Amino acid sequence: MFQDRLLKKGLLASVMASAFVVSAFSSSAVAEDKKEVKLGVVTFLSGGAAGPFGIPARNAAELLIDAINKGQLPGAYSSVGLAGAQIAPIFVDENSKQKVADYKKLVQKDEVDAVIGYISSGSCKAIAPVAEEEKKLTVFFDCGTSQVFEDIITSPKYVFRTSAHATMDNVAAARYVVDTVKDVSTYSGINQNYAFGQDSWRDFSGSMKVLKESAKSVSEQFPKVFAGQYGAEISALLTKKPDIVHSSFWGGDMEALVIQGGGRQLFSRSKVVLTGGETGIERLGSQIPDGTIIGARGPNGPLAEDSALNDWFVKAYVDRFKSLPTYPSYHMAQAILGVKSAADKANSTDQAATIEAFKGLEFEVPSGKISMNLAGGHQATQGTAFGTYKFDKASGKGTLVNIKRYNAACVNPPEGMKSLEWIESGFKGAVCK
Amino acid sequence: MLTAVAILIDGLGFAAWLFLSSVGLTLIYGVMRILNIAHGGFYALGAYSSAWAIGLYMQTGSSVAFTYLLIPLMAIVVGLVAGLIIERGILRFMYGRDEVLMVLVTYAIFLILEDATKLIWGTESLVAYQPAYYLGNIEIFGIPYTVYKFALIGLAVLCGAVLWWGLNRTTTGKLLLVVIEDREVSSALGINVTLFFSATFVIGTTLGALGGAVTAPQISVVPGIGAEVIVMAFAVIVIGGMGSIGGAIIGAIFVGFARAVSVHLYPPAELFSIYLVMAAVLAIKPYGLFSLAQGRKI
Repeated sequence: MFQDRLLKKGLLASVMASAFVVSAFSSSAVAEDKKEVKLGVVTFLSGGAAGPFGIPARNAAELLIDAINKGQLPGAYSSVGLAGAQIAPIFVDENSKQKVADYKKLVQKDEVDAVIGYISSGSCKAIAPVAEEEKKLTVFFDCGTSQVFEDIITSPKYVFRTSAHATMDNVAAARYVVDTVKDVSTYSGINQNYAFGQDSWRDFSGSMKVLKESAKSVSEQFPKVFAGQYGAEISALLTKKPDIVHSSFWGGDMEALVIQGGGRQLFSRSKVVLTGGETGIERLGSQIPDGTIIGARGPNGPLAEDSALNDWFVKAYVDRFKSLPTYPSYHMAQAILGVKSAADKANSTDQAATIEAFKGLEFEVPSGKISMNLAGGHQATQGTAFGTYKFDKASGKGTLVNIKRYNAACVNPPEGMKSLEWIESGFKGAVCK
Repeated sequence: MLTAVAILIDGLGFAAWLFLSSVGLTLIYGVMRILNIAHGGFYALGAYSSAWAIGLYMQTGSSVAFTYLLIPLMAIVVGLVAGLIIERGILRFMYGRDEVLMVLVTYAIFLILEDATKLIWGTESLVAYQPAYYLGNIEIFGIPYTVYKFALIGLAVLCGAVLWWGLNRTTTGKLLLVVIEDREVSSALGINVTLFFSATFVIGTTLGALGGAVTAPQISVVPGIGAEVIVMAFAVIVIGGMGSIGGAIIGAIFVGFARAVSVHLYPPAELFSIYLVMAAVLAIKPYGLFSLAQGRKI
């Protein structure tokens, strides 16, 4: 009887031990079969957005992936690879008429483990539901529209965005205007006619209504994206004589607005706010009139605070590409660091484990701290900053002065509240330090 | 009053740019029956070469005045080199083929040119604002306009006048009109149709490049600008009637003013105002306002 019990116990123990060994072996097999992680990287490699956005983002991706694979990143990121696995990137051009088909090819044919990508808000709106259908970890790195998690996919499982959405930029822009410009009675906007431009104006004008009730909007211009010619729009703005002109133009469109508007005194007659103006600082130099209010879609580039990670990023980028990293480079870097943080935290490249670790994650990036605390832990928030442009003739370089910083809770809606609803509520729950 | 004057000036300014950007397209279609999608590529080549040359020249610290010669010079260089290479190297082997096939061929050339501009000048934007600023501003009813904008209106009028004079008041132009009317009969009469085709393509290419070259100082020259302009140019020549120089003038004025009116009076309509005009015109005149008469051959 006793022997039977011993036998049974022995059998049970050996079964459990075998199960443990098999389980341990299989989990190590899972870890081992991911010595290499395929990462789809989608950004503009051609078209109007390539030069100012897509290529700097691709550059940052190459830089970060190389450094991660070699274990050359500083501080908390010094471990090699994603949970030990080497990253093999597959670069795809976002400038495609078949964005969804391209995405599905990455997932189904190339069998990538994750996708990082998308600059255009239109791309993100199209890809988000497809990514959920395909059940593939997808990290949006730059697109700004708040609609992604507020309207398109309200309960995301596989889609993350590691940069704050455009509400942050435009609420902060309005706060900066109210904080630094005296006697604002009228304002107007010139924004591109698509999701990002429309959302940006909605958030800026909505914020102005709350922060400066007495001020009135006098003109709203929505030219086609990549139009390049804004003569009529500038005339319309000049005839209305607004105190403030808000623009979320980016890339070549933003540079064209500076050239055309600067030549026609728009910038001297009105205070112009360029929420994405930072990408033009190095290239346009003295052409950006002094006094222009400049943002960088986060505390990026000249708005970034000193840190070892930022110092490394700027130096490594300049050494390799001979130009300063602009905010698309910063956004790409923070997406890749987000995936690395999640994989390292999970100590696994398994998708489910990485996603679980990614939700609600806080991690350091060259521009500061990112908190994934909106949309159930899938959408990032971050503090931001704005500054006023000043060209230094001696050095021949543009700088930002009178920089004001806004903490994340001051310029981002709280969890569970849509951006517009939050702005119209008078920024309910906002905590501004 | 202020708004009306602004609409007038902005409408004329945009129409001038549209005409300069589309007249080469309609000229080539009129003579060669080729809907030249590569026109956008020539526009981009003109813009890049102009911005690049201005940038290099300005590094010497010399006077900006010379850039006004540099701009047309670069357009002529692009027109001669790219036009001749493409016409002699590719298109002459395709003459007589279906018009749709020619659209595909020129689209392929357009894609090649897009990549060629990136290979030559990279993906960074080029900025060459000096010529646009150098002439200063004029204030009209308190609104500043660049003199450069009026110079472009003048250039568009000059181009239109030279083309009209060349076509209607010179022997070569009259021979070209004969080629436009009927290339088979022209050939039978001893007109060197091949030479006319080559010359027309080079002139059309130069005009496309000129459109880009004169625009470069006002914009940030970035990859993809050619794709944007071809859509606008196509709208202009469809409204005016494909192949008609006069039609291109009227089409440019229609589109220019439609856009200016919508920007000043109802900005949300700006995006589709151009296509609204196009749809309205085509509903009344399906082949455009000044479409070439189509003879029926028996």
